[in-house]
Amino acid sequence: MTSTRNVALTVGLLCVSLAGWEGVVRLLAVPAYIVPPPSRVTVALWRGFASGLYPRHLLYTLTETVLGFLLGAALGFSLGVAVASSRYIEYFVYPYIVMFQSLPKVALAPLIVIWFGLGLASKVVNAALVAFFPLMVNTMVGLRSADEDRVSLMRALAASESQIFWMLRLPGALPFVMAGLDVAVILALIGAIVGEFVGAQHGLGMLIQSMNFTMDVSGQFSVLLILSVLGLALNKGIAILRRRVLFWDPSVKSRSDAP
Amino acid sequence: MPTTAISVAGVAMRYAARGASVAALADMSFDVAEREFVAIVGPSGCGKSTLLKILAGLLPPTRGEARLRGTPIAGPRRDIGVVFQAPVLFPWRTVLDNVLLPVDVQGLPRDRHQRTALDLLALVGLEGFERRYPWELSGGMQQRVSIIRALIHDPAMPRELMNLELQRIWLERQKTVLFITHSIPEAVFLADRVLVMTTRPGAIMDDVAVRLPRPRALDAMSTSEFGGCVARIRARFNAQGGVDA
Repeated sequence: MTSTRNVALTVGLLCVSLAGWEGVVRLLAVPAYIVPPPSRVTVALWRGFASGLYPRHLLYTLTETVLGFLLGAALGFSLGVAVASSRYIEYFVYPYIVMFQSLPKVALAPLIVIWFGLGLASKVVNAALVAFFPLMVNTMVGLRSADEDRVSLMRALAASESQIFWMLRLPGALPFVMAGLDVAVILALIGAIVGEFVGAQHGLGMLIQSMNFTMDVSGQFSVLLILSVLGLALNKGIAILRRRVLFWDPSVKSRSDAP
Repeated sequence: MPTTAISVAGVAMRYAARGASVAALADMSFDVAEREFVAIVGPSGCGKSTLLKILAGLLPPTRGEARLRGTPIAGPRRDIGVVFQAPVLFPWRTVLDNVLLPVDVQGLPRDRHQRTALDLLALVGLEGFERRYPWELSGGMQQRVSIIRALIHDPAMPRELMNLELQRIWLERQKTVLFITHSIPEAVFLADRVLVMTTRPGAIMDDVAVRLPRPRALDAMSTSEFGGCVARIRARFNAQGGVDA
């Protein structure tokens, strides 16, 4: 897909839509505190980066997200392994996990701020709680979906259950785990931002809220732009990891075969 | 008198299915001599897979006993090589690592078996493919990898496979082979002896010796000995209303 022609088309399309946005806002004289034109958003972006304000808060939100993601991934993966390997855990513990998941976890954020404070810890916990579930479910399903014939082969070789786990089930579950991580990293970002909304002294979410109080809509747009680029970058990071880990999986192979 | 490699004596198998008990195998008895190539044919649903699982030690029989070189088969054994009908390979392992899977499972030193693995790969024409991955190989090549994986730790018998490559490997390595299939021509072409199974519950109803010289080329299929054996087995199938594939 990445031909020179397609890149030129993509850039051209972006320029046309930005020009259209600018034109419509100016033509209809929409006030900048409702919808700012892209030129003002660009200026806000420039000022934010030049003053060092945005980099500082970006780094803070990134730290919360990455730590929350790592904690959530570890939690989700271990719970997934536990539920997949024990019928007892599945029977006695899993229903509570599902019950917990059914609760809109955003509603827990105020409590978490009370328990873990206004600093980094509450955002990391919030991000982890929002992110862990899809990875847990995917790990569980992945571990259970090992090919019957491959399991028979391992048993016929007199492999122990732990050998079957490490040599077959776990590598076989990786496509599912990677798909779970894909979702989890974006959920972690959501969790971190929600945590900042409830109460924080740093971070892009906190910045959006304080800009909201001062009606700085251009500023908010510029921070939203940073957030979406951040989400894209995190996703790209997982995609790179995925290609490394799943070089043997059809989902990766067919992609690299494509023109 | 050649020594017995595999001996099956009065093996019967019943499954419990929703309260009722279903007989899968009724009183199977046969012997396979060391270095003999025996094929078992039977219509689908005759309990071939059940027999296979019993011999691989994955399933204990309800009655009777299966022995490998004199010792009862009581669980999975490391001196039996398993080859499945489809090549069962691990896509995240290279060809060499797939062949060495039994070595890894048994925790044996890799360097000592690596030489054997490379020799076996060369034997089946896969020299230079050891660092490739299974999905980079054709179906036939994958099947050859799965056959030599069964030979890596010097086992008694690779079983259940649909590949003529097996004859060549067998002639070269002199393994005892028990080959389970539903194809009559394939069984006659490959085996020294063909055991014919009845429909469920499975039992041996005929034991046909195939007197064709080795190595057998594909034109062995046009000899009267080949035709006679196939006709005799097919008549057995038809007598019980079975269909052959």
